[in-house]
Amino acid sequence: MTQPMQSTIPDKKKPLAIRMWKERWLYLFLTPGLIYFIIFKYMPMWGVLMSFQNYQPHQGLLGSQWVGLRHFERFFNEPEFWMLFRNTLYIAFMDLGIFFPLTIILALMLNEIGRELFKKTFQTLIYVPHFLSWVVVVGICYLLLTTEGGTINELLAAMGFEKVNFLMSESWFRPLIIMQMIWKDAGWGTIIFLAALAGVSPHLYEAARIDGASRMRMMWHVTLPSIRSVIVILLILRLGNFIDLGFEQIFLMVNALNREVGEVFDTYVYRVGMQQGQFSYSAAVGLFKSSVGLVLIVVANWLAKKFGEEGVY
Amino acid sequence: MVKDRSIGGRLFDTFNYIFLGAFALVTFLPFLYVVTSSFSLTPTLFPREFNLDAYIYIFSAPTFTRSLLISIYITVFGTAIQLLLTVLMGYSLSYKHLPGRRLILLGVLFTMVFSGGMIPTYFVVKSVGIMNTLWALMLPSAISAFYLIILKNFFQAIPDELKEAAKIDGCHEVGILFRIILPLSLPALAAFGLFYSVGIWNQYFSAILYITDSSKYPVQVLLRQVIILSQGSIGDSTEIETVPAYAKSIKMAVIVVATLPIMVVYPFLQKHFAKGVLIGSVKG
Repeated sequence: MTQPMQSTIPDKKKPLAIRMWKERWLYLFLTPGLIYFIIFKYMPMWGVLMSFQNYQPHQGLLGSQWVGLRHFERFFNEPEFWMLFRNTLYIAFMDLGIFFPLTIILALMLNEIGRELFKKTFQTLIYVPHFLSWVVVVGICYLLLTTEGGTINELLAAMGFEKVNFLMSESWFRPLIIMQMIWKDAGWGTIIFLAALAGVSPHLYEAARIDGASRMRMMWHVTLPSIRSVIVILLILRLGNFIDLGFEQIFLMVNALNREVGEVFDTYVYRVGMQQGQFSYSAAVGLFKSSVGLVLIVVANWLAKKFGEEGVY
Repeated sequence: MVKDRSIGGRLFDTFNYIFLGAFALVTFLPFLYVVTSSFSLTPTLFPREFNLDAYIYIFSAPTFTRSLLISIYITVFGTAIQLLLTVLMGYSLSYKHLPGRRLILLGVLFTMVFSGGMIPTYFVVKSVGIMNTLWALMLPSAISAFYLIILKNFFQAIPDELKEAAKIDGCHEVGILFRIILPLSLPALAAFGLFYSVGIWNQYFSAILYITDSSKYPVQVLLRQVIILSQGSIGDSTEIETVPAYAKSIKMAVIVVATLPIMVVYPFLQKHFAKGVLIGSVKG
């Protein structure tokens, strides 16, 4: 920690209290933010202690009875545990196996567009849905798909087919989730690749062309390798976050009939905790989820460094 | 990209344009459908009539206008709070010699990878006494750790010479912030302000968690109730149930109005977001 002060006595040598008093204005600015982080971020971390208790809101954290790991034992033995695990993994696979490659392909294709005007127009169109709320996206999906006057079902009926109850069906849940993900965010996902692609030297393409490479070969041998590190970083970031994936969306899409394939950790915490009032048990589930998430991020970052990338933090 | 006139190249281009065109069309069609349907009494993709009945209906419904006003209020007021707190904290943390800075930064970073979770946060909000007030929609997410770090890096990148010069001229930290740093960071502030406001406007889950009084629902929660849960109605009458086709136009109109503010700021967002995402990708 060096700093370019010109005073004759190095600041480091002055007593801490004096150095702090000198910066009293900065500490004043810092205080509201600090209070925010303490109250809304660190107090809940203290509050997770309730997952080792039989927490009663009127008795508080200090008065409630301690029960050790009982809620965790219960959770690991519930059939729901494997259901949540399976559903989360499915979504992660769809995310990494379909959504993520699609954003790369889209970015590569956008990059091949020669005319600036077309490129800008495409980009403007496909970025828009990212800024819509999940309520709006799922709402539009409902208006299109319900059996009571949903547009697609009306069309099916008009063509003489039977109506399909997309929104209450287990088999349609996952396809709908991935389609919504793609509609909302695939366009937006290209932005960081396009930024990386803008930095590729035109000389590389020139050289490849003189060697007689076709467009596809240039894409494969020039374009793709030049965004390799961005791909690795983003892949790892997504890997690290997969346990948090799509909560808001799934919360809106899940209902009593597709719960078996739809429910993930957070929707389960909400249902059991907020709706059934099992606070301690659901807090334990939440703590389990956060801990797995933390481990995933640390492992992902370690992996990134292993691959010779800079790491995320 | 260099021009490619070979047959293979042209074929490639054609395919490329068709694929991207199809993708853009699929992205755009639902919008068009919602907008044109909201202006007619029956759902349609192509405008056949121009009818404002759905809009007249929703804007004469007290439930809808109230939730719209609540959304506008928390977005304007909440964004102001978020920006102020983020700027003040980011500015202080941009001074590398500030005692305790590393510890605080570490604490902020940790909140990005671990959280207490939904239930403990709920009890904190409850014990702070803001449950079922509009504060619960603004304070629990007042500072985004991610934006804070980016803004701190942005402030750090402003040359020290500027601050030193102002100090010699007798300006202290408050003056430096307001006279030098903030005017220099206006584009960044605009970008973060837009991102924050879109975030508040679009949030619904915190309202479901913290707001029990339906007269305090923001527009997204109302939207969810009316369209996804098919519970309750926008007006006080039962007209919706009796005229189903018209009811659909009403739902479309609600979606349009709830999306309109985003569409209005989108051109400004677009100007900034490429930059925002880029700064974000730089290691902090």
